[in-house]
Amino acid sequence: MSDKKTVAVLGNFTDPNKIMEAAAQVHQSGYTDFDIYTPYPVHGLDKAMGIKRTILPYISFGGGLFGLSNAIFLIWWTGSVDYKLNIGGKPLFAFQFSIPVMFELTVLLTGLATFFGLWFLCGLPKWHSDLQDDEGFQRAVDDTFVLSIFSSDKRFSLETTERFMNEIGADNVRRIEA
Amino acid sequence: MSVETVTKTAPRNVVDHLDASAYHGNPYPVEEPMREPLVLGNPSLHDVTAKIAGIIEGKTNLKYWIAVLICASVAGAGFGAIGETVVTGIGVWGSNNTIGWAWDITNFVFWIGIGHAGTLISAILYLFRQKWRTAINRSAEAMTIFAVLCAGIFPVIHTGRPWLAYWLTPYPNQMQMWVNFRSPLVWDVFAVSTYLTVSALFWFMGLVPDFATVRNFVKGKITKSLYTFFSLGWTGSMRNWHHYEIAYMILAGLSTPLVISVHTIVSMDFATSVLPGWHTTIFPPYFVAGAIFSGFAMVMTLLVIAREILGLKEFITLKHLENMNKIILATGMMVGYAYSMEFFIAWYSGNEYERTVFINRAFGEYWWAYWSMVSCNVLSPQVYWFKKARRSIPLMFVISIFVNIGMWFERFTIISTSLHHDFLPSSWSYYTPTMVEVKIFVGTIGLFLTLFLLFSKYLPVIAISEIKGVMPGSQPTHHGDEHH
Repeated sequence: MSDKKTVAVLGNFTDPNKIMEAAAQVHQSGYTDFDIYTPYPVHGLDKAMGIKRTILPYISFGGGLFGLSNAIFLIWWTGSVDYKLNIGGKPLFAFQFSIPVMFELTVLLTGLATFFGLWFLCGLPKWHSDLQDDEGFQRAVDDTFVLSIFSSDKRFSLETTERFMNEIGADNVRRIEA
Repeated sequence: MSVETVTKTAPRNVVDHLDASAYHGNPYPVEEPMREPLVLGNPSLHDVTAKIAGIIEGKTNLKYWIAVLICASVAGAGFGAIGETVVTGIGVWGSNNTIGWAWDITNFVFWIGIGHAGTLISAILYLFRQKWRTAINRSAEAMTIFAVLCAGIFPVIHTGRPWLAYWLTPYPNQMQMWVNFRSPLVWDVFAVSTYLTVSALFWFMGLVPDFATVRNFVKGKITKSLYTFFSLGWTGSMRNWHHYEIAYMILAGLSTPLVISVHTIVSMDFATSVLPGWHTTIFPPYFVAGAIFSGFAMVMTLLVIAREILGLKEFITLKHLENMNKIILATGMMVGYAYSMEFFIAWYSGNEYERTVFINRAFGEYWWAYWSMVSCNVLSPQVYWFKKARRSIPLMFVISIFVNIGMWFERFTIISTSLHHDFLPSSWSYYTPTMVEVKIFVGTIGLFLTLFLLFSKYLPVIAISEIKGVMPGSQPTHHGDEHH
């Protein structure tokens, strides 16, 4: 116990309406380093928590742009610079015949950028969490909403935060030490 | 209060269903009580986890392994026949100089088409906010991936020298040659490989939160570490869900034009040629409609069995099956329209060759293939005009099989009838498959079923987190905006 430090205060919720209200209250009280673990995305909860809109669409767009420009360059350079092959007098490069491959490579690179961008933004894969031994936390992927306020938050103070959690209706408010 | 007591009071029916404010600005409005529920029996969130993760945790019986063994043996026989083809050469097939595209390309188009239902359900129905898709999207997406894998085998062995199949991709080489981007066959390489990759990414992404749920449910040490690994350490953090939902939306938005492009490009393999019967502008929409039609039929065939065996009747309800039957009816009518329009245009074009090919298609040597196609694809789904038929399990099983057969015949008819009577009557020919070809095709069915059987046991067959999100009372009745 001696070398362990409280990393977070956790509280459970089961009602989606209650967790929405609680999220808004935590956000309005000025906490920033908190999270809510839910078994499925609760609509509007991200807004209530004051989460800023993700930059993922820009990553995807960048991927798409990269795919598209590479496709154009690939088709143009291979067909009309490096390996000129006259087939039935067709032009060596034209956008008409390039559209299918341009489209596919745009989609492919957008998809890859979205997929890897998602895990990058989520900070995954990460196979360890300080909260992982808490039984309630484990049930967050099953049927419980778990609110967690981390001790790294500058407004965090054990007693106040615990009292606050109880006030906003959290059940089984508990400390996590690691 | 302990964790135990808290979690037992699951959020069922906490929402006042008749609260008018429930509809305000909520992208997933609370299910109207008038509608048939998407999940029967009003289970709690934990019941859903226990049911679906329970399939993975439960013991397999002998029957399951016998089924796997049979399917895997059939697949093995198919791979044996592929080996024979590769070692001997494609002379072991019935295809000849006149009919160069025969069973292999028929089977390629057939399997690619099967895949389309999965993407339609996972992407297009998502964008249209069709909540009923959540019960079937996981298994349909799995079918997409397995079907595309089966499809991919055929063009590779069709090359005759599959060990050189990588020549289809553009890469710098000592021959100083590049692929010809003016060829629809090259477009196909890009379309199919993109389709497989993006479908697999989408599928895996959807599985991650469910892997986390399964991870915390299963007891076995090895199983637990495997699901832990593949869950990537997902915690259910709302901050992650926020990114996740946008990623899901982007991938759904990408997959929608992608799925249309794939079969469009497959149809261009035919449509950009100058062969009567192939050279038509109706091909892209006609192929896409046919692909969705055949895909839904395959999803139906397998789900009717799976919901029975896995006991998923409260998730995959008659409502889901009825909705799928409506799509089968609609797309069946679309292909029926395409069949008649092809004939009309053949006549209306005034092109003698076009007319001859179509008369030959329906009344020539391959008349049996043509009429099998019409009766299976156009006539058999007509019973779905009646609600009783749409909700009859035995009937929908039989019709889904008919549609699978009919759609296979469609591709066979298009390919064989246009090729076997070409411009030079002296080279007219007839095509009959050899045993090797039959074995390869049946082998891919075995492969598809083996993969599906393994999937249905070892992966969450229903998207757990998605179905929880559409259950009554799972979403808040008011929107987060109100708090700002």
